[in-house]
Amino acid sequence: MMTTKYSEDHEWVTMDGDVGTVGITDHAQSQLGDIVFVELPEVGSSVEAGGDAGVVESVKAASDLFTPVSGEITEVNAALEAEPSLANSDPTGDGWFFKVKLSDTSELDGLMDEAGYKEFIAD
Amino acid sequence: MADQTPEAEDLKTTPLDSFHRGLGGRMVPFAGYAMPVQYTEGIIAEHNHTRDKASLFDVSHMGQIRLHGANAASALERLVPGNIEGLAPGRMRYTMLTTTDGGVIDDMMVTGEEDGLFVVVNASRFDADLPHLREHLGAGVEIEVLADRALLALQGPKAAETLGDLAPAAQAMPFMTAQRMDVGGIDALVNRCGYTGEDGFEISVAAGDAEAFAQQLLDDERAAPAGLGARDTLRLEAGLCLYGQDIDETTTPIEAGLNWTIAKRRREEGGFPGAAVIQDQLANGASRRLVGIKPDGRAPARAGTAISNSGGEPAGTITSGAFGPTVGGPVAMGYVDIASTEPGTALNLDVRGKAVPATVTALPFAPHRYFKG
Repeated sequence: MMTTKYSEDHEWVTMDGDVGTVGITDHAQSQLGDIVFVELPEVGSSVEAGGDAGVVESVKAASDLFTPVSGEITEVNAALEAEPSLANSDPTGDGWFFKVKLSDTSELDGLMDEAGYKEFIAD
Repeated sequence: MADQTPEAEDLKTTPLDSFHRGLGGRMVPFAGYAMPVQYTEGIIAEHNHTRDKASLFDVSHMGQIRLHGANAASALERLVPGNIEGLAPGRMRYTMLTTTDGGVIDDMMVTGEEDGLFVVVNASRFDADLPHLREHLGAGVEIEVLADRALLALQGPKAAETLGDLAPAAQAMPFMTAQRMDVGGIDALVNRCGYTGEDGFEISVAAGDAEAFAQQLLDDERAAPAGLGARDTLRLEAGLCLYGQDIDETTTPIEAGLNWTIAKRRREEGGFPGAAVIQDQLANGASRRLVGIKPDGRAPARAGTAISNSGGEPAGTITSGAFGPTVGGPVAMGYVDIASTEPGTALNLDVRGKAVPATVTALPFAPHRYFKG
């Protein structure tokens, strides 16, 4: 069973072994509005939890994309680069951003589960 | 993602505030007002609806002023480079208050009236405009702030039919004319103008009539509400300046490409603040100009982005940049050195440290479709 965790920066990470798939939440895409451009990290690059991992641009503004977990980028979503609106239409499915091989899976313990995230965005 | 929800405290509201919230408008602070940046459809859909049909925008945050007095036109002419004395009742002009250095204090729409002028100014500049007008218009002109008025814009190729069903006379009005008329039982000052590049109207009604007025327009299936987000992408594609971004007190009307707003008589006679600077730039050219810029690829280049020329030298700065839904890609405007203003000139934009190639492009990006009568 794959687990999904959520960050306070409104990213989700779904684990498959020690590789996490990362995207933005439905709440985040709704707040951003129409997404027109994404800049994704380089495959092979290292990212650090809470640090920059790219850029998301809506019609109006650019926002930093953060990563909820540390590790090495193993894959990025080329379909999303070609069609950024996937992050609006299917943020937790086809609109995923990148996959990261976690350097420290205990970081997941510091993230919220679904119930916790729902409570977080309700505040 | 950084959470972008702003706290809306101490904001002024327009007479349509609860109307927007009822329609699912996402309210954001803009020029001291809580304004809808978008409704449920989103900016791109609202933009496209405006280009295809008709969209209703609340622009009640803008300042509405009436100048009373027989010499209102000659008094205002001393503050703007536009031809106001020649403005017949029911005719409109776009002009700007200038500084003694030729900068722009604010841009405005001026409508001729039987005993004065009707003026619409930017919300963000209202507190600068009013003291300026009070100080310089002189004793013979009474300034009436129309605080209890709403202003709505109906924009798009179906705007005339939609408004015309409620007020047939509106349909025949040419671009840049104004008429007071009954619109579905509501007393309205109808101005055929806009800020989207499309045909359309800006309509001033009493604050108490605003909601009923908006509702009767939205009851028409051709019309849908649109927010400030779409208004911004529409005006940028139309090559229209936004005060505070593309024009301000450090830019002259000539640098901004607004030469067309300065009538022949005013060019020759001067007699407005900054006339010496503006006349010199008209005769000899300015050292920089606002141009359209089309970035390659998909990444929008935002305001503040540095521009370099093909030789790698600094050439200017982007002042407005967004994704243009009609263009289907990023669009921008910015000031560039006069050597780089020709359409087709290759530029580079520094987008987050990466050089993004771009091309100087004739404005507007999307053709104007005004109704000339």
